[in-house]
Amino acid sequence: MSPTKSAKKKSAKKSTKKPTKKAAKKVAKKKATKKAAQKRSTGGKTGSRSKPEQADLFSQSSKGKATKASPPRSKKKIKKSRETSGEDASSANKAEQLAAKQKDISVSEFFAKNRHLLGFDSPARALLTTVREAVDNSLDACEEAEYLPTIVVEVTAASEEQHTILVRDNGPGIVPAQLPKIFGRLLYGSKFHARKQTRGQQGIGISAAGMYGNLTTGKPMVVTSRTSRRKPATQVTLAIDMAKNQPVVKKEREVDVDWAHGTEIHIELEGTYKKGKHSIDAFLEQVSLANPHVEIQYKNPVDKEPIIWERVTKKLPEAPMEILPHPHGVELGILMQMMKDTSSRTVSGFLCSEFCRMTPNVVKKVSEQSEELGKYIDTDRHPRRLSSADVKILHKSIERTKMMAPPTNCLSPIGEELMAKTLRRNFDPELVLTVSRQPAVYRGNPFQVEAGIAYGGELPGDELASIFRFANRVPLQYEQGACAITQSIISTPWKNYEVQQARGALPTGPLAILVHIASVWVPFTSESKKAVAGYDEILKEMRLAIMEAGRKLAIHLRKKRRLADAERKKDYIKKYIPQIGIALQDILELSDKQRTGAESKLADVLEKSRKM
Amino acid sequence: MTKKITRAYLDKVRRENAKKDKKTISSIENAADDIYKKIQRRGKPLMRFPVRSLSNVSYDKRKGYLEIGRARKERTLTVNTVKGFAQTLRMMGLSRELVINNDFATKRDVYYQSKNWEEAKFDDQTESDTVMDDIEALFSVDDVSREQLRFVPDEHGGAVAGDLVVLDPDLESGEIERIDCTRFGSGAYSIPTSVEHLSFETGAKFILAIETGGVFQRLQSHKFWKTSNCILINMAGVPTRSTRRFIRRLSEQAKIPVYAFVDCDPYGISNIYRTLKVGSGNAAHINRFFCVPNATYLGVTPQDIIDYELPTHPLKDVDIKRAKDALKNDPFFKSKKQWKSAIEQLLSMGVRAEQQALAMWGLNYVIEEYLPQKLKNPGKFLP
Repeated sequence: MSPTKSAKKKSAKKSTKKPTKKAAKKVAKKKATKKAAQKRSTGGKTGSRSKPEQADLFSQSSKGKATKASPPRSKKKIKKSRETSGEDASSANKAEQLAAKQKDISVSEFFAKNRHLLGFDSPARALLTTVREAVDNSLDACEEAEYLPTIVVEVTAASEEQHTILVRDNGPGIVPAQLPKIFGRLLYGSKFHARKQTRGQQGIGISAAGMYGNLTTGKPMVVTSRTSRRKPATQVTLAIDMAKNQPVVKKEREVDVDWAHGTEIHIELEGTYKKGKHSIDAFLEQVSLANPHVEIQYKNPVDKEPIIWERVTKKLPEAPMEILPHPHGVELGILMQMMKDTSSRTVSGFLCSEFCRMTPNVVKKVSEQSEELGKYIDTDRHPRRLSSADVKILHKSIERTKMMAPPTNCLSPIGEELMAKTLRRNFDPELVLTVSRQPAVYRGNPFQVEAGIAYGGELPGDELASIFRFANRVPLQYEQGACAITQSIISTPWKNYEVQQARGALPTGPLAILVHIASVWVPFTSESKKAVAGYDEILKEMRLAIMEAGRKLAIHLRKKRRLADAERKKDYIKKYIPQIGIALQDILELSDKQRTGAESKLADVLEKSRKM
Repeated sequence: MTKKITRAYLDKVRRENAKKDKKTISSIENAADDIYKKIQRRGKPLMRFPVRSLSNVSYDKRKGYLEIGRARKERTLTVNTVKGFAQTLRMMGLSRELVINNDFATKRDVYYQSKNWEEAKFDDQTESDTVMDDIEALFSVDDVSREQLRFVPDEHGGAVAGDLVVLDPDLESGEIERIDCTRFGSGAYSIPTSVEHLSFETGAKFILAIETGGVFQRLQSHKFWKTSNCILINMAGVPTRSTRRFIRRLSEQAKIPVYAFVDCDPYGISNIYRTLKVGSGNAAHINRFFCVPNATYLGVTPQDIIDYELPTHPLKDVDIKRAKDALKNDPFFKSKKQWKSAIEQLLSMGVRAEQQALAMWGLNYVIEEYLPQKLKNPGKFLP
């Protein structure tokens, strides 16, 4: 680790695990600008992108009874009803009655009632979700601090239905003061609004896991963290006050640990340990595939020996850069929100400062487009002065304006060489073929697709290929069928590459296929982020990547088959020519010499013809 | 008319058999020699087989049987065919050995024999049967039959009763077995798998080839052959090759006609009768030996169903398909107008009737009324 290079960064990082100072500021600012009007309780949550959705969920659960049809944008509705209250006294009265019933509901309370939304709907999934969240956090912490991650995962059985999960990283650790905030509150993080390639984006996960454990076993989460060899480790025992979304520190003490720095979480929760596609084993195996720089030491409750995936490179992946959103990717609702929140005083200034590839020159073109659409938008106006109809036209004009594609240096692919190394390490195959495509763009979002194929070795030859899907290095384990990655693998003409494939199915053979999409904004089919949506540009890139890897595979397989064929034919000739000799000798009463002469001549002729 | 088997005749049979055997052996040797010479010239040996499918079959009225066409397929010895080539040659070698040792082998025997052939052995009998069919086709071009190659069928032959003495000489000892087909009581003489060496003494006027065992049994136990001076043969369904060959040789030697008496349905007409008369479409390369061109169709005809008011069953889908196929694709039926109209009549009636349907009018109606009436007008039989 190079302290000089990132000293500044680290000092900030050390103080908080996830939120940077900048982010914290932003949170504060957002809070101010965005009405405290209704949802005081959501104070902990951050980020403009997620905010509307969260608000929706709350409004539905808290006011569901009172205002049945309360639609997603409930905030606005309420505002409106207040605005019009002067005109209609009776409706105002009603609104006040309703308001009296409208109670605040905390994120935590909401979660307690809707645990399935966050991946805790079945006992088997609860364990996996907990490990997933903890590992994601650990990896992000290590990478932000530029440490090579070593992650220890231990699952031990307390009983059939209760397990203890321990996840430890060798990251920078967290200063004691921040520990309760990070692990005791939902939605506390810095990743929501960052427009760069990151693993998770919720920040809800690990504290939710702690809460789930607390709810199901009564045992609070234990977090131990050490920031330096020179300092002792701090261990806090954390429960969550669900009504207030506040951490409750039950115990805090200094402890001795045998590791220099890092964070360890310890959660006991209700959940069952299972093997298979949706298991912790499978998840960690996949993490190891997409993260060549990570070492994972894993102990499950069933197998005696721990599983260790050693890192195949000592080079950290290049940190993805943060970029401004590209105008073509922005949705109307988001644009409206951004215009409300901006500190710029002109539309032109707003566009140029909050989007990439926007210059005064491009803004001019946008205005021209708006004129063509029937209403000229004066870009010198104040952003908050535009009516929503105007913003609509502005949005359309932006879409119609040609501009440069976004920069693509913000992506962090795994790389062909390292993908090959992890595939070799995990499957010990006969062949490995990997492809990293050049970055491309969909709807203003840069993305990059990579594909890797492992063939042969110990992989089972008579089964469907194993598929490993990744979005920003994070394994996707559910909804394989709905995923663009699966679709693109199925639509690849495997038969052309010497691989069997039934119509409309995955290829059959000793194959493991890895597909990774890196993007600042991976489009998922749903909020639960289990499957990549099939945008044309993305499907096309995926297919091209898989086909390129497939073509490489075919070259090897053809060569192999040719050699095997030649060998087989040689065998064949050796096997059956003597029989022809014997038959001819029998029928024609040849001498042995005549027979062997005929045999060798015939062998010559066939050997020659084989080469044609 | 009776034919005596004399020493001279026996010698003649022996000479003919020896001649045939010599021909068989020379055919095999020539084929092997062609291959050997080609190898000596460092060329790729090849074998030419007649194509065995309906597309390569025609019916010649003058010859009177389904005949294989000129289409040939070539099989060149390559890496991919080397196994089949070796097996074909080894089987030819086996055939030559059988001829030399005056022995024979059934299909199953050949399959087991191949187990001595090391790498060239067959894994199951369908493989060896296919190669045997190939060899048979290969040599049929030289007028050599499967029997002459000493490969005999496993299938059972038909049964014979009536005024007939079969002379079955033991060619080694020269002793001749006289088999009197009137003396089987309620049983019958069973046709052997190989009939080439047999000769016959008979005073019968015709041969009645019967489809079912039931009717044969009735005619035999009432000594119908005596009252109408004929030979009864039970075909038991589609006649086997040896049954066909037996009928053919008997009718040719005794110069007597053959009348077929089968069920009136597409199977009786297009499978049993057609195969008896002109041979089978599947094995057209051997039909010249295994057909009875002077057979005619006594009954039951579609017209009989009406004339004798026979009880019927409706035609099944397979029957209709078979009848239509006969009209459309079978070169024999296509060339016979009478058959065309008879089959069309059957189709339009939409029914079929069995031989035994005659029993409706009394169990012995077939002996006392039907057959005597029919036999008065053999010229009216369907061709």
